[in-house]
Amino acid sequence: MTYLAKPKLLRPDTPVNALGYTRRDYEGAISTLCAGCGHDSISAAVVQACFDLDIQPHRVAKLSGIGCSSKTPDYFLGASHGFNSVHGRMPSVLTGAALANRDLIYLGISGDGDSASIGIGQFAHVMRRGVNMTYIVENNGVYGLTKGQFSATADKGSKSKRGVENTDSPVDLVALALQLGATYVARSFSGDKAQLVPLIKGALLHRGAAFIDVISPCVTFNNHAGSTKSYDYVREHNEVLNRLDVLMPRQAITADYPPGSVSEIRQHDGSTLRLRKLAEDYEPNDRVGAMSHLQAHAERGEIVTGLLYVDPQASDLHEHLNTVAQPLNTLGADRLCPGSAALDKLNAALR
Amino acid sequence: MKPSDVANPDYFHKVVDCQWACPAHTPVPQYIRLIAAGRYGDAYLVNWRSNVFPGILGRVCDRPCEPACRRGRIDEEPVAICRLKRVAADFKEDIRDRLPVAPPQNNGKRIACIGGGPASLTVARDLAVAGYQVTVFDNAKSAGGMMRSQIPKFRLPEAVIDEEVDYILKLGVELKNDHWVNSLKDVLAESWDAIFVGTGAPRGRDADVPGRLEAASHIHVGIEWLASVAFGHVKSIAPRVIVLGGGNTAMDCCRTAKRLGGIDVKVVVRSGFEEMKASPWEKEDALHEGIEIHNFLVPKAFLHNGGKLSAVSFEKVRAEYDAKGRRNLVPTGEPDVVMECDEVLVAIGQENSFPWIERDIGIEFDKWGMPVLDATTLQSTQPRVFFGGDSALGPKNIITAVAQGHDAAISIDLFCQGKDVARRPAPMVTLVSQKMGIHEWSYDNQVSEEDRHRVPMRPLELALKDLRTELELGFDPKLAYQEAERCLNCDVETVFIGKNCIECDACVDICPTECITFTANGEEDDLRGRLKAPSRNIDQDLYVSEALKTSRVMVKDEDVCLHCGMCAERCPTGAWDMQRFLLETAQVTGSAA
Repeated sequence: MTYLAKPKLLRPDTPVNALGYTRRDYEGAISTLCAGCGHDSISAAVVQACFDLDIQPHRVAKLSGIGCSSKTPDYFLGASHGFNSVHGRMPSVLTGAALANRDLIYLGISGDGDSASIGIGQFAHVMRRGVNMTYIVENNGVYGLTKGQFSATADKGSKSKRGVENTDSPVDLVALALQLGATYVARSFSGDKAQLVPLIKGALLHRGAAFIDVISPCVTFNNHAGSTKSYDYVREHNEVLNRLDVLMPRQAITADYPPGSVSEIRQHDGSTLRLRKLAEDYEPNDRVGAMSHLQAHAERGEIVTGLLYVDPQASDLHEHLNTVAQPLNTLGADRLCPGSAALDKLNAALR
Repeated sequence: MKPSDVANPDYFHKVVDCQWACPAHTPVPQYIRLIAAGRYGDAYLVNWRSNVFPGILGRVCDRPCEPACRRGRIDEEPVAICRLKRVAADFKEDIRDRLPVAPPQNNGKRIACIGGGPASLTVARDLAVAGYQVTVFDNAKSAGGMMRSQIPKFRLPEAVIDEEVDYILKLGVELKNDHWVNSLKDVLAESWDAIFVGTGAPRGRDADVPGRLEAASHIHVGIEWLASVAFGHVKSIAPRVIVLGGGNTAMDCCRTAKRLGGIDVKVVVRSGFEEMKASPWEKEDALHEGIEIHNFLVPKAFLHNGGKLSAVSFEKVRAEYDAKGRRNLVPTGEPDVVMECDEVLVAIGQENSFPWIERDIGIEFDKWGMPVLDATTLQSTQPRVFFGGDSALGPKNIITAVAQGHDAAISIDLFCQGKDVARRPAPMVTLVSQKMGIHEWSYDNQVSEEDRHRVPMRPLELALKDLRTELELGFDPKLAYQEAERCLNCDVETVFIGKNCIECDACVDICPTECITFTANGEEDDLRGRLKAPSRNIDQDLYVSEALKTSRVMVKDEDVCLHCGMCAERCPTGAWDMQRFLLETAQVTGSAA
C-alpha cells in the first residue's frame, strides 16, 4: 500500500496513442489494495487495453459492486464515468445504463463474491439478456475484505490459509456464462498480461455480452500451498488454448504463422481476432464443445485459459428490444413519453 | 545476458550517475540529503573528504556531474548540484574542530610538491594527515595556483580560496611561497622521499597571424592577462575589446573586460556556438552580461596603424563533417569580416611547458612534450617523481586535478612504504536497507516535480561596477531545500532478490517510468528491444536477475528509474528493497606511520 501518488514525471520517450494520450492518462488513483494483489495487474491490463485501442476515456462507463475487486475501478480510467453499486447489483445498474445510453462502452468489474454469491442471480440475467458490455470477474476464491473465508468459486478440496479444507462444490462462472448465452467468453490469469490484455481488447470490441473470468491470486489470504488460486498453482496448471491478437480495422493483416495454426475471426466493427491455436482441435465457435472441454479439464484439476467461445455475429439487448439507434437519454421527454392523449388512444384500441 | 554482478561496487556506483561522473567520486546524493536536512556542516565534510575545495568548487567547478544527472534525462534540467555544494560551504557552522589533524609524530618521510594549485594541495592534505612532512613550493605570494590567478574574483572571492587553502596549511604543510623552482634535477638531489609535480598548464597559446608582433602592446594572452588582473597589475582596459577563443578562459576574459572598462566586448570563435568549449552556463553568463558572441570566424590579421591596433579581420567559415565525423572548417568564400577594436585578448587554449625539467634525469617525455605516466598511478619513468593536475595528462579542470591529487597521494604513500604502486586500495562500500515500515523509508522518496531553481544574482548594474563583487548570491536555505528535494536519490538503489520473487507483476504495474520487465532472457540488443518501454540509452545498464521460477528474468532498465521506491512498496515478498549505496574512494590511510 502506498501513500504517495505516482510522480508525474514521464520518461521523455513515453509512447502516446492516436489520441495523444499516454498510458498514464488511463490510470486512476493509487491503489490501496495489498501489495502484490492480482487485481492491480488486471487494472494495469485494462489501462493497457484502453490505451492500445485509442479509447476516449469519457466514452467508458465502469461499474462495480462491492469487494476488493469492485474497488479497483477507482484505480484505472480516472477520467471515465463510474458507478460503485450495491453488493451484487452491478449487472442491473449496468443494464439500466446501457439501455439509457447505448453509445458508451460498458465495463463491469466484479469479484467472485459479488458475482458468484450475492449477485449470482443478477449475473445470470445480464448474461441471458446479452447486454453489450465487458464483464470482468477478478476471481481469487476468497473473501479478502473479510479475512479470507472461502468464496463460492473456491475449488472443492482446496485449503484455506489456516489449513481448513473446502467441502463445497465450486461455481464455475465461465461454464455459467457459456450456458446462459454470453457471446464472448474467456478465462485468463492476472499474472499473464500477454494473454489478458488482448482478451480485454477483444471483449471491449465485441458487441454483446463479453465475459472474462480472471484468476487473480489474493497474496494475503490465498497464495499458499493447498490453494488452487495461487500464483504457483495457476502457473503449474494453466492449459492455454490459444493466443489472441486483436487487429484493428485499419491495421494491415499480415500472416506470419504456419498455415492451419491460425484462425481469424472478424467482428462487427471490422476488427479481427487472430487466434494462434495452442490446443489441438479446439474451435472457439462451438459453445457445447467449449463446455465439455472445460468440464473435462476441470476434472483433471487443470485451468483452461484463453478465448473459449466467441460468436462474432452476436446480437445484443438493444437489437432484441428493437430500440432506436439514438441513445434514449438524448431523445427528450416528448418522444420518450408521448403523453396522456396517446395513452388514451392506446387504451381505447385495447378495449 | 548473465545476471548483473551487483557485488561489484562498480554496478551500483554507475547507477549514481553524478558520483560516477565526478572525477573525485563525491557521494553527491548523500550530501544533498544532508543539505535538505539542514546539516550543512556534515554536507561540507562529505565534500571536503572527496573534493577538498567545496567552497571553491561550489562556485567554479566544471560540474561533470550535472550533464550526467539522471534528472536531466527525465526532466528538463538536472539538479543544480554545483550550487548546492556552495550552500554547504556558505551555511556550515565552524567545522575546524572536525577536520583531521596530523599525527603528533611524523613518519619521517619528506615530500616535495611543486606548484601550489589544487593537485598539489590535495596531495599535501592527504599525506599530511597520514604523518608525512609535506613542503609545497609556489612562485606566487600565496597558494591556490590557477584558482587564484586565473579565475576572476566576481566568480570566486579571495576569502573562499584563503579559507580552504588554510585548512590544508593548518595540517602542518609547509608552504615555500615566492619560490621559483627552475631545476628538477636540483630538487631530486635533495633528500625528498618523493616529488609531486603539479605545475599546471601555464602557457597560453598565442594567435600567430599577421600584425601580432606590430600591435603587440594591445594584444594579450588571456591567462597571463587574467593573472595580471588578479594580482592588481592591470586595472583597466580600452572600451572596444575582442576576445578570441570559445573556452571558459575566453568567458572569464570577456566578463573581466566588461568590468574593467570594456564597453563593446565581443567574443569571436572559430567554431559554432554549440561546439564551443565553454560550459553552457558560462556562455549563458557572458550573454547575460551583454557580451556578443560571434561564431564561425577565423582570425586572419590584426590591423593596425603604426603599431596601434585598429581592428581584427576574420575569414568566414562553415563546418563540414567528413565520413568519420571529423569537423573541418571550410572558408565560405564570403568577404572577410572586419571588427574594429582597441584591445584583443587571446584565449585559444593552454599548453603545458616544462622548461625547468631537465631531459637527462630519467623522466621521459612523449612527442607532445608531455611526461610519460602511468594513467592510474601517475608515476613518471623516474619512480620518485609523480605528476597530477593539468601538468599530468593535459589541461582539464579543478575537480580532475583534485582526483589526480588523491591518486598520486596514494601512489606516493605506497611508494614510500616500498609497496607496489599498481596495487590500488579498494573503495569503502556500504549497502544498507532504507526500509522503516510498510511504506516508510529513511529517505524522502516523494519525487519533487519542481523545475530547477535559478541562483539569485546581484543586479547587473551593481555587479558590473566592481571586479570583486560576486555576481551570484547563492541559494538561500529555503531555495536550497527546494532544489535539494529535486535530487532523485539515485544512491538509494533498487536491489532485487530473485529467490523472493513470486512474479506477481506488482512492480511492473506501479513503476512510473516503466523500467521493469519480466521476460525471457536473451542477448542485450534483443532484450533492450523487448522491454516494456523502449530502452535506447545503451550507456545505462540493464539490471538482469538470475532465472526466476517461470524461467523468465527480471530486467530493469536503469536509465530513467526515479528511485521512488514504489516497486519495493508494492512488492509483497520483499524481493525489491531500497538500499543506500555509499562508496567512498580509497584515500591514503597513514599506515606508513
